[in-house]
Amino acid sequence: MANTDIIIHDEKDNVGVVVIEKITSNQECNCWIMENDKSVKIQSKNEIPLGHKIAMIDFKEGDTILKYGHDIGKVVKDIKKGEHVHVHNVKTKKW
Amino acid sequence: MEIPKSFLGYKRENGRVGTRNHVVILPVDDISNACAEAVANNIKGTFAIPHAYGRLQFGADLELFFDTMIGTGKNPNVAACVVIGIEPKWTKRIVDAIATTGKPVEGFSIEGAGDIKTIMTASKKAQEFSQWASEKQREECPLSDLWISVKCGESDTTSGMAANPAVGNLMDKLEPLGVHLCFGETSELTGAEKVCATRGSTPEAQKKFMKTWSDYNDFILKEATNDLSESQPTAGNIAGGLTTIEEKAFGNFQKIGSRKFIDVLTPAEEPKKGPGLYFMDTSSAAGECLTLQAAAGFNIHLFPTGQGNIIGNAIEPVVKLTGNPSTAVNMKEHIDLDVSKILKREMNMDQAGDELIKTTIRAASGRLTCAEVLGHKEFIMTKLFRSA
Repeated sequence: MANTDIIIHDEKDNVGVVVIEKITSNQECNCWIMENDKSVKIQSKNEIPLGHKIAMIDFKEGDTILKYGHDIGKVVKDIKKGEHVHVHNVKTKKW
Repeated sequence: MEIPKSFLGYKRENGRVGTRNHVVILPVDDISNACAEAVANNIKGTFAIPHAYGRLQFGADLELFFDTMIGTGKNPNVAACVVIGIEPKWTKRIVDAIATTGKPVEGFSIEGAGDIKTIMTASKKAQEFSQWASEKQREECPLSDLWISVKCGESDTTSGMAANPAVGNLMDKLEPLGVHLCFGETSELTGAEKVCATRGSTPEAQKKFMKTWSDYNDFILKEATNDLSESQPTAGNIAGGLTTIEEKAFGNFQKIGSRKFIDVLTPAEEPKKGPGLYFMDTSSAAGECLTLQAAAGFNIHLFPTGQGNIIGNAIEPVVKLTGNPSTAVNMKEHIDLDVSKILKREMNMDQAGDELIKTTIRAASGRLTCAEVLGHKEFIMTKLFRSA
């Protein structure tokens, strides 16, 4: 089994979480989907630290981020596949 | 793993079981802290639980104050209790309610006597209680005598991935054995509230949950002066990779596994519908939440953390676990169980749940938790509004 760099909770999720100390930009990352035990790969575009999220698809402003198979917020700035997803480009729909 | 059937606990007069054998000196109000602390200093084997309130509270806030104080004294982790207040009336109300458990309890009021005389008379009683309690022995008790509360803190994305679902796995395994379970954190379920409501085992429980959540949310929105994005999630949460309250909520919610909750409790309310999972309306601030859960009678607490919350509780042992490999190393002295191997896929959730059951039973049977050894005795009153 190759080392897992990124864990994705649910098959429907469009973001994954970095589970190694950090991934560098342009790293070929191994992703494991917990729900169905499948593996996928993704090319990172930024350095992303442990616990932070990576975009698994291209997002446009207004799109919805899915994690645990659920809506966890809206995209406020376009995000490309492989980029860091966090407070600079995603915001809650609640407050 | 075959789940152990028992742990070693202290059987109390009312049939409940304690995981600890505390002799507590309980001040009724802020100005009685000095006296209570002096008694605890005099008499070894006792400790005081100082706090900031207990004067001029009224209405629902006063009732919650009494529920918290009385519930703390009644908790089976408390073997015996000395209550010290400025005035006799409120002191007596607390003493009488604690006495319904059958445990030794006695009250002292300072007014008219002064600190020094009260310290002397209360110390004599505390000495008697301490020596009496020191002869109590642990006995084998079924796991159904465990009342387990849970709350997470300084969460990050590893909490939702490893530590919280490990707690959920424990719940899935222990609930069928007749354990009482409790989760809270009303505000931190925001974003997952509709999904959480579906976990009510009856339409009444579901409705009660939604009303509780809506009331709390209305209050938060009414009091908020600006965007809450920096309080929920906190700066620590954001550093750990959590972006929104919704993401935090779905991670938080992993703690209950696939269980359904049978009732919604008001803050500090004792569960009365038998074994199973309860939701309690609490703040998400760790000190406040744990104090309310302990006051409701829970005798051991599981606390998953990501970035490294260090909370303890005055009377409930707090077992801490983390899925964050950096926290597990850098804050090792605070972590009772490291489940970070889940991230490397060197441990699965079933194994993590088993390890947590073992750790919980050891702590319940007397092994001191990290928080206890490090002296964490947080006791934080939930205040509903200003005093009169």
